[in-house]
Amino acid sequence: MITAKQITIAKAVLFAASLLPFARLVLFTFTDRLGANPIEFITRNTGDWTLYFLCLTLSVTPLRKLTGMHWLIRLRRMLGLFAFFYATLHFTTFLWFDHFFDIDEMLKDVVKRPFITVGFTAFVLLIPLAVTSANGMVKRLGGKRWQWLHRLVYLIAPLGILHFWWMKAGKNDFAQPILFGSIVAALLLVRLWWNVIQPRLERRRMSPAPGCGLREQRLERK
Amino acid sequence: MLIKRNANGLDIPFPSEITPRHVFEARRSFIQQLALGSIAAAAPNLLLREAFAQNGSKLPAKQNTAFVVMDKPTSYKDATSYNNFYEFGTEKDDPVRAAGSLRTRPWTVAIEGEVRKPMTLDIDSLLKLAPPEERIYRLRCVEGWSMVIPWIGYSFSEIIKRVEPTGNAKYVEFITLADRKQMPGLRSPVLEWPYVEGLRLDEASHPLTLLTLGMYGEVLPNQNGAPVRIVVPWKYGFKSAKSIVKIRFVKDQPKTAWNISAPQEYGFYSNVNPEVDHPRWSQATERRIGEDGFLTRKRKTLMFNGYSEVASLYTGMDLKKFY
Repeated sequence: MITAKQITIAKAVLFAASLLPFARLVLFTFTDRLGANPIEFITRNTGDWTLYFLCLTLSVTPLRKLTGMHWLIRLRRMLGLFAFFYATLHFTTFLWFDHFFDIDEMLKDVVKRPFITVGFTAFVLLIPLAVTSANGMVKRLGGKRWQWLHRLVYLIAPLGILHFWWMKAGKNDFAQPILFGSIVAALLLVRLWWNVIQPRLERRRMSPAPGCGLREQRLERK
Repeated sequence: MLIKRNANGLDIPFPSEITPRHVFEARRSFIQQLALGSIAAAAPNLLLREAFAQNGSKLPAKQNTAFVVMDKPTSYKDATSYNNFYEFGTEKDDPVRAAGSLRTRPWTVAIEGEVRKPMTLDIDSLLKLAPPEERIYRLRCVEGWSMVIPWIGYSFSEIIKRVEPTGNAKYVEFITLADRKQMPGLRSPVLEWPYVEGLRLDEASHPLTLLTLGMYGEVLPNQNGAPVRIVVPWKYGFKSAKSIVKIRFVKDQPKTAWNISAPQEYGFYSNVNPEVDHPRWSQATERRIGEDGFLTRKRKTLMFNGYSEVASLYTGMDLKKFY
């Protein structure tokens, strides 16, 4: 069994580790190591880390099922919040360095360019999840409703991949989007298998072919 | 020592004297200003800069003041470490790391097709063909960033004169080396290899079109398209083919690499045009490398990248259609 103290330590370690990419960006900024186009570096880097944290968040449940390490669930909220943290940095670089806080211009860009539309949608959808991440919110919303809301992540992650895919599309450079896409696809498909397909197969095995019997009866009546 | 003087009796400066190196290498001081008082943080930066000191062979050239923009040149470090050269990888820092494997000597350029005098020139003949000039050009990448580079070369029209195109020659095709042994990026299918670019003959004949052999007072670094490339400053950067091994004068519009790969995004002409957006971003503004971004807005992109003298090449053409 994992003790409460061990969980606290795990959380502290995870928190520090999750801040490392941010610390690296800050260090590189102040030591002029972001290369010739620092803004592009920051934009790409924060985008990458958003996707990494989305993947990590989505891998908690499969990992729990496969390893039986159920305490992992207690780290999931932090992973999700870090995905939101890096997404916020990513969006801020776009708003600041690309549009210099000109909201009108920014929104025009969002509407006009599909890859930005998709990325922006994913970011906006993350906001309610971040806002309702506290324990109190689970109680206030009710577990069922809270769970349904947080299933938005199944939409957010593919939108994030699509955003990345379209960004790379013009340059025909799909190696990374394919990698991220496969990981997210695997994480979602395994849920589809466990939560939808497998239970149905189970039910069919428990009560052999009930549907067929009914249809036969109906046919007989005709 | 012979000191050459121009008509005004002024000394013509060596390229390295035009903008002192410490000035154009002291870029992005604005970032350090954010770290004001953090001397410790600045120290590794000084060390890093040493690694990017110029160390190529010198290529003496007189500056041609008719082709010098007043913008501040980009630092040598930025211009040689942030490159699109897919033969060496798709990331901007791939070419500087991987292009060491390119052998630039011996090197020949075959000039053929619809010409009366086809010829194959080695790099020494190219260097001697016409007196090299230094020209400071703006470079606008289709991705929305720009630089200012002191190139060395001569007008491509010097070549055209010598090979004597026939009446059938309507376009010029520039073909880049494609050698898997020297170019690791060729393993990736991002583009059709070899890289082919092209110009209409009148564009290729324009005095701005520069057959380029050097930059910053030196021969071209490998990652910038050594030993010989073309520079067409009023078009997006990808139109300026690097490491050229073949130049063909042809009748029909060449099938160019980026146009084959994504025709809706990269047209044959690809003139710098703030009014024609790329499907995924606006081309109205650009980020000057080393200057714009953190504390300043991006700057406005100029029609034909500011080279309005080429406008007459496109009279009567709908540049939204022929993007």
